[in-house]
Amino acid sequence: MKAETLERVLVDIEGRCPVVLATNLESGEQRLLHRGDGETDREHADIEHALRVDVCVTTDEEAGAQVFYQPFNPPLRMILVGAVHIAQPLSAMATLAGYEVTIVDPRESFAAADRFPGVALNVGWPDAALESLGLDQRCAIVTLTHDPKLDDPALHVALRSDAFFIGCLGSRKTHASRLRRLGKAGFSEADLERVKGPVGLPIGSRSPAEIAVSVLAQVTQTLRKP
Amino acid sequence: MPDQSEMDVLAAARDWKAAGHSVALATVVKTWGSSPRPAGSHLVVRDDGSFLGSVSGGCVEGAVVEQALGVMKAGLSTVLEFGVTNEQAWEVGLACGGTVRIFVEPVQ
Repeated sequence: MKAETLERVLVDIEGRCPVVLATNLESGEQRLLHRGDGETDREHADIEHALRVDVCVTTDEEAGAQVFYQPFNPPLRMILVGAVHIAQPLSAMATLAGYEVTIVDPRESFAAADRFPGVALNVGWPDAALESLGLDQRCAIVTLTHDPKLDDPALHVALRSDAFFIGCLGSRKTHASRLRRLGKAGFSEADLERVKGPVGLPIGSRSPAEIAVSVLAQVTQTLRKP
Repeated sequence: MPDQSEMDVLAAARDWKAAGHSVALATVVKTWGSSPRPAGSHLVVRDDGSFLGSVSGGCVEGAVVEQALGVMKAGLSTVLEFGVTNEQAWEVGLACGGTVRIFVEPVQ
């Protein structure tokens, strides 16, 4: 690899710019490709797949010299709306799983630093806070407040983004009324299908930590087995 | 994809090169069956034999480091393959029974 290619990969990772390194395994020749690049439709699709699923792709041996596509995606992020009890174990577990976690809650008594040591806290109103975070395809958003006044503005921003996961804590009944409100606000059926609620895999969780396990499991499933 | 440790490996490749060392980068490009490190995993090797990262569970790193030193000298990339069916299996191979293909390239 040329030292300058390596440098550009590191700069792109740092700058949250998704990039794919294409290596001809026979000649060793390398190219850096961004979303939308690609010499052929096939290559275009390989790049998109590598970035979307976050997995390396190698072209078929039959098609001549093999090309190895390695995606370098920005870090995963998880944005939790609501600095509630469940956010404590969930932020810790998500951090262990490699997510940069931000907790959004305008209620400063909830979003207190001593309740969430080492976690980024944002006390802006959820819509403004999420706008300022610049959501992308590597983001998971989970609303935890049960309060439409706080959850809904966050969902409006999340649904207009490419976030790979949007989930809401709450009962089936509150989820049904949430979807009705979002529909009235102009979101389509396809938009509403993106919202996972009640969030989490059904594993019979009871405690906040167990609920956090079920949420992180569903986020992982959506990321790795979309 | 890169978790922090993969980024550390790439950053080490850059830093060692900038410090005047010869450096080679090994990347897992394909795995078959059970193997501990997925495609995209990196191992960086320096001209004094120091290395960072991993391309297996420690089964083939020794052999990869040795090959990487040759790649640095020759200035040419190569593809290595390790597995139980490999003729080298009696000395290096994957205990788990998988096969792994590794691209080794000089950083120039």
